Formats: sequence, structure tokens, C-alpha cells
Amino acid sequence: MIEIRNLSKTYDAKHIQHEALCDINLTIDDGDIFGIIGVSGAGKSTLVRCINLLERPTTGRVLIDGDDVTDFKGRQLLELRSRIGMIFQDFSLFAQRTVLENVRFPLAVRHQDKQESYKRAQELLELVGLADKARNYPSQLSGGQQQRVAIARALANSPHIILCDEATSALDSLTTESILELLRDINQRFGVTIVVITHSMDVVRSICNKVAVIDDSRIVEQGTTEEVFARPKAAITERLLKTAGDHD
Amino acid sequence: MIETLQAFFAEYGNLLVEGTVATLIMTTASTLIAYLIGIPIGVIVTITAPGSLRPHPAVNAVLGWIVNIGRSIPFIILLVALIPVSRFIAGTSLGTTGAIVPLTIGAIPFVARMVEGSLAEIGPGRIEAAQAFGASTLQIITKVLLWESLPSLIRGAAITYITLIGYSAIAGAVGAGGLGDIAIRFGYYRYQDEVMIATIVLLIIVVQIIQSASDILSKKIDKR
Repeated sequence: MIEIRNLSKTYDAKHIQHEALCDINLTIDDGDIFGIIGVSGAGKSTLVRCINLLERPTTGRVLIDGDDVTDFKGRQLLELRSRIGMIFQDFSLFAQRTVLENVRFPLAVRHQDKQESYKRAQELLELVGLADKARNYPSQLSGGQQQRVAIARALANSPHIILCDEATSALDSLTTESILELLRDINQRFGVTIVVITHSMDVVRSICNKVAVIDDSRIVEQGTTEEVFARPKAAITERLLKTAGDHD
Repeated sequence: MIETLQAFFAEYGNLLVEGTVATLIMTTASTLIAYLIGIPIGVIVTITAPGSLRPHPAVNAVLGWIVNIGRSIPFIILLVALIPVSRFIAGTSLGTTGAIVPLTIGAIPFVARMVEGSLAEIGPGRIEAAQAFGASTLQIITKVLLWESLPSLIRGAAITYITLIGYSAIAGAVGAGGLGDIAIRFGYYRYQDEVMIATIVLLIIVVQIIQSASDILSKKIDKR
């Protein structure tokens, strides 16, 4: 379970304070696929980075499975991060490493047994359907394939949480479908909690069971996806819904 | 024509070979030592920059100044100014050994800037990914920053090496030996144009080999 309590984040830029997040409260249950949706600049990327402390909250707490992790440092912080997988909009694969080495990276940084970790990486590539690409380099793969490799990498340490930062924004709609399907499959097979940052209501509708709408640094609405889609309360939610494609 | 060449090589062949070897020893040794010291400086300047892995304005500013000061002193002046230092470190300020000290010290700030430039090519994405997977700062430096920029670092090393060949010719002016020394002693002081031309041809060949080798190597290991 991920609990975010009264979290705010302010940036100081030349005497002007920019409030990126303001008094955020969220509870994400185990096994959720939790959508956080908002327009560009709403603060959603900052929010997801507060969960694995790539960003430090200015005030407020982050609790993971009941542990207050907000002030984690050093070994403890590295240990926490290795238990949380993450995938990115631009995939962020290591260009000078093979696909297999990319997937093994999270295990290598934890000094896991070499043979074991290669075996695990190969199994994960099979899981994402890219076993035959193990010796290739990321530049030889399509965007969708690269994101699959990134998903395999995010799974390497058997995390119970995966954070997705606009994971499908750089992909076409068909590829997006297949990546979302893979995430749904991983959620169901391993019970992994998935936090999905997106600007697309289609993505939310496709895989999220719960959703929070963030606008101008604040959460303006949250609930089950069904509720929010059926009875949107905030104006921004209605606007986001209008831009979504009609799949029903 | 052939006879003229034979006569020329009989007279100057050994000298030119020795000069080439001396040039290569000076520049290779200085490049290697300059990288041993320049890489850590380049890395520290990079990671202490604002918003980087370990922001530290004071360390960043001081190292930046030192690098800039080093870069602004013309090599010929550095060469003379460092004579006592060369005597202290290398035991002599003369010859090939004596030249390695000023060549290395002259190259360190250059290398630091080259390394900094190569590391800057690694966007924030891969660094953030490594952080998200629990990599330590040291692991990010070795496994991401240096590893991912290796092709660029190799191209930079060739530029440094070639720049040092130019510097070594200047060092020749104060008796460092090598091709620069030969060009000045025979070509300039004794008006022996053919020796001057031979040293130029040799320098062009050496530079070409270094550049081509670095191009082939960096292309081969670059998987982008």
C-alpha cells in the first residue's frame, strides 16, 4: 500500500516559489492499477517521483506498506528504490548495453550472482515476448519493443510496485494497446501494484481501476474509474473526458 | 630521385626514427597520465553541477576555476614556468622525460573539459533510470556516465593526443627532443628544408593514424 499524506513540493527558482504539488492525499491499495491523470505541467510526474524519492517532498509524508520512507537515505533509500520498478516515457534504456544487460542492470547494481541474474533476465525477456532480442542493442528495436525491455527491466527485482511515467505517450495506438495489455497481465499474474501517470483518459479507461485527477498542483477528484467516468465532478475531468476517443 | 632519397635517409633516417619514437613516448605517456587525473576531475565537475547527482556549488566553482586557469595559460609559458616542477617530479627538466611533466599538466584541464563534454551528452533519462533502480552514485558514474559515453570519450582522447603532439613540438623548442625539436634544430636554425619537410610528413602520418584508429574504434563500440 502506498499512502501519500499532505504532501507538498515547492521549487525555489530565483526568489520565485513555484508550487509543483499542493497538499496531496492519496491511498493506493495493493494490486491497484492506479491512474494519475492531468494536463502537462499539472505536477503528476513530480508526484510519482515522490513515491521512490527521486524527488523529495517539501512537506508531507510518503508511507509504503505502513513504513514512513520520506526521510530514507543512503543504503536504506537504495534498497527501497530497488523494490520499486519504474518505466519512462522515453524508455531510458542504456544505449551501450545489450537488451539482456539492460534487463539485468537492476540485479547487477545489487551485486546479485552473475549466472542467476542472467537467467532471470532471460526469463523476463521471455515474459515480455523478446527472448530472441537478448543480444540486440536498444537502437535496433522499435519503440514498443524498447518499452517491453524497459518493463522487463522494471520487473528484475520482483518489485511489488511499478511506477509508469507516461509509459505509452511516445507510442502509436496499437503499440499502446499491447503495452497496456502487458501491464494488465503483469498486474494480474504477480499482483504488482501499478501507478500510471498519463494525460490520456483512454489509458485510464483501458487499465486503471482507480484514478486521481490532478490539476494545477492539486488533486481535484479521485475514485474508482467507473465513478469518475460516469459522474465527473471537476471541470478539468470533463475536459479530459471530451478529448478521449470513443471506444464504447 | 631515388638516389637522393636514399642518401637523405642514410643521413637522417636514424634521427627521424628516434624523433618519432621520442614524440610518441612523450605524448602517449602524457595523454595516459592526464586521463588518469583528468577523468576524475571531469566527473567531479559534472556531478557537482547544480541539479546533478551530488550538487556542490563550492567544489564545482573551485574546480571550474582551476580548469579555466589551466586552460588560459599558453603552453609555451607553462613549459618555462614548470621547469622547477619538472625537476622535482621527473628529476630533470630536459629531454623527453622532462617534457612529460609540463605536457601532462597542460593536458589535464583540457582532458577535464573534454570528459565533462562527453558526460554531458548522457541525458538525464538514463541517469534517472539508474537512480530509480537503486544504483549508488559511484555505480551511476561507472556503469552509466562513463560506460555510456565511452565512444565519445575515445573520440576526445584522440583530440587530446593530437593536441599533445602539437604541444610536444613546442616543448621541442626547449630541448624536449622529438620531431618538433628536429624541425627547429635542422629546419629552422640550419635551413635544411628537406628535414623540415620530412618531419611534417611524419607528423601528418602519425596524426592520421591516431585519428583513423580512434574513428574505427569509437564507431565499432558505439551501439546507438
